[in-house]
Amino acid sequence: MDKDTKIATRQSFGEALKELGEKNGKIVVLDADLAGATKTNIFGKAFPDRFFDMGIAEQDMIGTAAGLASCGKIPYAASFAAFATGRSYDQIRSSVCYPKANVKICGTHAGVTVGEDGATHQMLEDLSLMRGLPNMTVICPSDDTQTRWAVEEVSKFEGPVYLRLSRAATPVIYDAGTKFEIGKMVQFGEGTKATVFATGAVVSESLKAQEILAEEGIDIRVVDVHTIKPIDREMIIKCAKETDKLISIEDHSIIGGLGSAIAEVLADECPKKLVRMGMKDEFGKSGKAMQLLEYFGLVSKNIVEEVKR
Amino acid sequence: MRVDPSNPKDENRDRFVLSKGHASAGLYATLAERGFIPVEDLKGFRKLDSYLQGHPDMKKIAGVDMTTGSLGQGLSTANGMALSAKLDKKDFRVYCALGDGEIQEGEVWEAAMSAGHYKLDNLCVIVDNNNLQIDGTVDKVMSPYPIVEKFKSFGFHTIEIDGHDFEQIIKAFDEAKTVKGKPTAIIAKTVKGKGVSFMENQGSWHGKAPNEEELAQAMKDLM
Repeated sequence: MDKDTKIATRQSFGEALKELGEKNGKIVVLDADLAGATKTNIFGKAFPDRFFDMGIAEQDMIGTAAGLASCGKIPYAASFAAFATGRSYDQIRSSVCYPKANVKICGTHAGVTVGEDGATHQMLEDLSLMRGLPNMTVICPSDDTQTRWAVEEVSKFEGPVYLRLSRAATPVIYDAGTKFEIGKMVQFGEGTKATVFATGAVVSESLKAQEILAEEGIDIRVVDVHTIKPIDREMIIKCAKETDKLISIEDHSIIGGLGSAIAEVLADECPKKLVRMGMKDEFGKSGKAMQLLEYFGLVSKNIVEEVKR
Repeated sequence: MRVDPSNPKDENRDRFVLSKGHASAGLYATLAERGFIPVEDLKGFRKLDSYLQGHPDMKKIAGVDMTTGSLGQGLSTANGMALSAKLDKKDFRVYCALGDGEIQEGEVWEAAMSAGHYKLDNLCVIVDNNNLQIDGTVDKVMSPYPIVEKFKSFGFHTIEIDGHDFEQIIKAFDEAKTVKGKPTAIIAKTVKGKGVSFMENQGSWHGKAPNEEELAQAMKDLM
């Protein structure tokens, strides 16, 4: 995908899943009546025998995935993030994480960028829920390229994964084919005025803020945190030492998500103030994705203000 | 069941999911008798230095095909195994034991729907119908009855047996193997603590061990 075009990570996910299915016969996909929205229908059309629509029954979907994994399959189980992680939390805990089942849980429609569906469908606590589970790897890609990489990369190791994806179309940040490493953040720029740690849908907003500030002679760095767990401790310590101010931003609650993960490392290693931008212990509401990010103060303008404050 | 204690991870083995994981003591004793684990290890049950956890752990115990403990989850995982067998055209069968109190969990019926929908004739469910759960008798706490009709309506072939009669048990499993195009549910009427005078039909013996004196009495009753 060309840079500067916009595509939702759920779309990239659906396309990448089909490509992965072509390469690896062990891949099976489960959905809970949202295959058109999660884009697993692309895989479903290509490989109907390896696609299971479980109906509106997320708990059963996760359990079935664990059973398939115990027989050597690599199941990707998808639904909206709210239902994939919230409705079936105990199934993920007991049947997936405790036995280290090779299940990849894919939550699309995460955060307020879900838009019009409103609070019930805007999952703001999934990173918190999934990050607290032993054996779980948590990945939240920021664009098309990173999503395609993540979909394939997580199939290469045995163990539970939570892949957090968005509904809204966001800019392509990376050149097609760029490789990443699980647990290694990506740094943009060497600015020392501030570090903005960002994840998922708001990484592009952070990069926009970096440009605006650069024009005013304020150099900051942006760090794309595609892996929330395991968190890249070294990068956090490095940025804490090299930059004046630390900011985190996420389309998620400031409780338990990216901001918390960074704060934990800072508390352990090098205590320093961190400004956590995100949803402030509140639910979302209906509106358009971009309107909502503006309403809740999660766009480039807000980041610029925070850096200057 | 087609299992081999010398090759507990054989891809073609039959699978057993003890969805009512709190009955782990019975499962471990069976696995020991069958040669999966040493009999003397049973003494470590639920103790810190033992691998025999309070609830079955597939990562630690040979012969345990699925980790269970949180009720209501076993049938979904059994369905996954049965689906996998179908995908790979393998002929192993999957057995799943549910408690009658456990079937109050909604996920059990999501899974029952799914087993019927996907016509999992390589799946056999056993409901241990002792009519007791922690807070009292199953019918008084939250009645799941009629159990047989429920499974029937979810697309199962059903068989009712006396769960203490070995001939009936064997006949039911044989019958289940002949059923095509639908899963089977065996509803086994049982008596909790059967054969032990002071345990029979006592809900309080759901998950605790007898003391020395009680053990001596129980062994006397069973001999």
